[in-house]
Amino acid sequence: MGHAAFWTVRRRDNLVGYLLVAPQLLGSALFVLLPLALVGWYSLHEWNVLAGTFEFTGGDNYAKLLADPGVREALAATGLFSLGLVVLNLGLALLLAVLLNQRLRGTTFFRTLFFSPVVVSLVAWTIVWQFLLQADGGLNGLLEVAGVTGPNWLRGEGTAMLSVIIVQVLKNVGLNMVLFLAALQGVPAQLYEAAQLDGAGAWRRFARITLPLISPTVLLTSIITVVGSLQVFAQIAVLTQGGPGTSTTVLVYYLYQQAFQFHHFGYGATLSVLLFAIVAVLTIVQWRMRRRWVFHEA
Amino acid sequence: MIKKSLTGLALAGLLATTACGGSAQPAPAAAKGLRMTIWTSNEAHLKLFGDIAAEYTRAHPEAGPITFDPLPFESYTTTLTTQIAGGNAPDLAWILESAAPDFVSSGALAPLDGKLTEAGDLTPSSTKLWQRDGKLYAYPFSTSPFAVFVNTDLLKKAGQKPPAKGWTWEQAVASAAAVAAKEGKAGLVVRDFDYKNWDNLASLWRGWGAQAWSEDGRTCGFNQPEMVEAMTFLHKAVFTDKALPGPGTTADFFAGEAAMTITQISRASLLKDATFGWDLVPLPTGPKGEYSVIGQAGIGVFAKSPNKDAATDFLAFFSNPANSAKLAAYFPPPRASQLNVETLAKSNPLLKPEQLSEVVIGGIESGVVKPSHTGQAELSQTVRAALDPLWLPGADVKAVLDGVCAKIQPMLGA
Repeated sequence: MGHAAFWTVRRRDNLVGYLLVAPQLLGSALFVLLPLALVGWYSLHEWNVLAGTFEFTGGDNYAKLLADPGVREALAATGLFSLGLVVLNLGLALLLAVLLNQRLRGTTFFRTLFFSPVVVSLVAWTIVWQFLLQADGGLNGLLEVAGVTGPNWLRGEGTAMLSVIIVQVLKNVGLNMVLFLAALQGVPAQLYEAAQLDGAGAWRRFARITLPLISPTVLLTSIITVVGSLQVFAQIAVLTQGGPGTSTTVLVYYLYQQAFQFHHFGYGATLSVLLFAIVAVLTIVQWRMRRRWVFHEA
Repeated sequence: MIKKSLTGLALAGLLATTACGGSAQPAPAAAKGLRMTIWTSNEAHLKLFGDIAAEYTRAHPEAGPITFDPLPFESYTTTLTTQIAGGNAPDLAWILESAAPDFVSSGALAPLDGKLTEAGDLTPSSTKLWQRDGKLYAYPFSTSPFAVFVNTDLLKKAGQKPPAKGWTWEQAVASAAAVAAKEGKAGLVVRDFDYKNWDNLASLWRGWGAQAWSEDGRTCGFNQPEMVEAMTFLHKAVFTDKALPGPGTTADFFAGEAAMTITQISRASLLKDATFGWDLVPLPTGPKGEYSVIGQAGIGVFAKSPNKDAATDFLAFFSNPANSAKLAAYFPPPRASQLNVETLAKSNPLLKPEQLSEVVIGGIESGVVKPSHTGQAELSQTVRAALDPLWLPGADVKAVLDGVCAKIQPMLGA
């Protein structure tokens, strides 16, 4: 026997594999990993765009981050927004999915209706809502007909946050609804039949069969929604600009203000490192928790 | 499989946000031609700029084509700084008075001394904001007084006397309230204020002698007695007299939706096709008598532009006496020799001689520039947030204003 050929089947397979993933890998490195590394690098600097200076300041930006009351306000606003969004979005999406999973006339129409905002441009959607939510806008006009004087939605401390949450829920609830619908249709009908024969009521069937079987989808949608909620920006920029006061200044909007309005690009980068850390931790926690509450994995 | 794609999704999502902290784009190769960012997209303005630029390129073909890049006014400075951060700075830019201290003090702009034509003609009040250490960093191409445009038809219908020079704030609010009550239209609109851009309120509070901060920029002025009095007056006018449309309500004077609006005279061009009778009068007098507030804009050349010299040369042409007279149609000139009714009348066919002399010339001569400070964007945002509680019925004006000072005094003192 001569010496073994270098290009064994295994090596050749590996090479083909690497070549196939190369474009994707290159793209990720260039547009994901590199910017990520740069943000980390910028966060250690004071970058004055106007003067064109870029000075190393070590951990100064991180010390500022810990002492900045604006960060605490932004985190509180972000937490409130995320909580409101996740609860309302998942709750409504699941409710709609269960309702539209019935074999009734018109369900296709309603499915399309609830899904259509998902494909509408976010900014266009938000601008239309801005008009509806004005003090003399469409929503208050409707309320007036019903004899109710509506609040100044986007100017009140509590109503501004509520408005932003609801505009976002209505925009994206269709996506989660479709995911839930798909999951619901994957639940084998004979399980329900068996449960019914055993005398299980509607609620019991939902809690004991439906929920466990669609738990992977619940996990998926909750991750998408939480991560998405931490990134809310356009709605805030259009509807409230972070006001009234700082009540809707969520972390991403605060980051934008610091970097792009106040020209503190280094500090803005520091804030995005914080955002990255929060999202990473939340994602890991949710993955850990799946062992406990996801019934099975696809 | 699902696990992998999920992690990917989550990562992609969060990176989309974090990556915008500052992605470094490579600077474009030194392209031939010049680019100037501006905040007007008014066709008449653009045509005038285009004509001036065309005349320049005929004489200087080596400069290449000159493009004017309109950016939205509301986010103008933000967009401009983002372009600079991204390595895509224009060669020349309009700069708002609010951003002037930051741009002038940062060294971003190239000095213009010795480059402009007949620079001695520029009035000292117009160049003050754009100087540092005796050097001029931008050409003050527009010095525009705030004045009141009046819909005389609406006032007549509501049985109100048309205002004239020397009218008072009490009269203004009374007339505005009458129109709002009888005609169902808005009374007085402080244009672009929208209960956010508070610096536009300088056009009111200067009548009480109030100021946002002291001349040296070190002491907060919001809780001074003059300011408290002025803001109490405004609060009552909005929430009790309903003379001004409240927060979250929009009304466009130029579409005939309001009786009066406070804005800069460069807006007169919007009245070319007005279907209602209108007048332009100076700001009402306050307890401190007559006063005037001006907004300013400068054009600067970026020190780091690869076409700095060509850009400076074009700016000198753009601002020479002949072109300054043409620009005076929309942008009151900083040249003393052109601040007279004869010159202004030629280029402002919409305005009557007495309007030009009372509002424009009188306004520029005695005007105080809208508040500006280094770190203006952050200060402005902090004041906006702290003022928000004022825009509710029943607000405690003094307490809110004390709150504004508590927030900004550390920033001013720094």
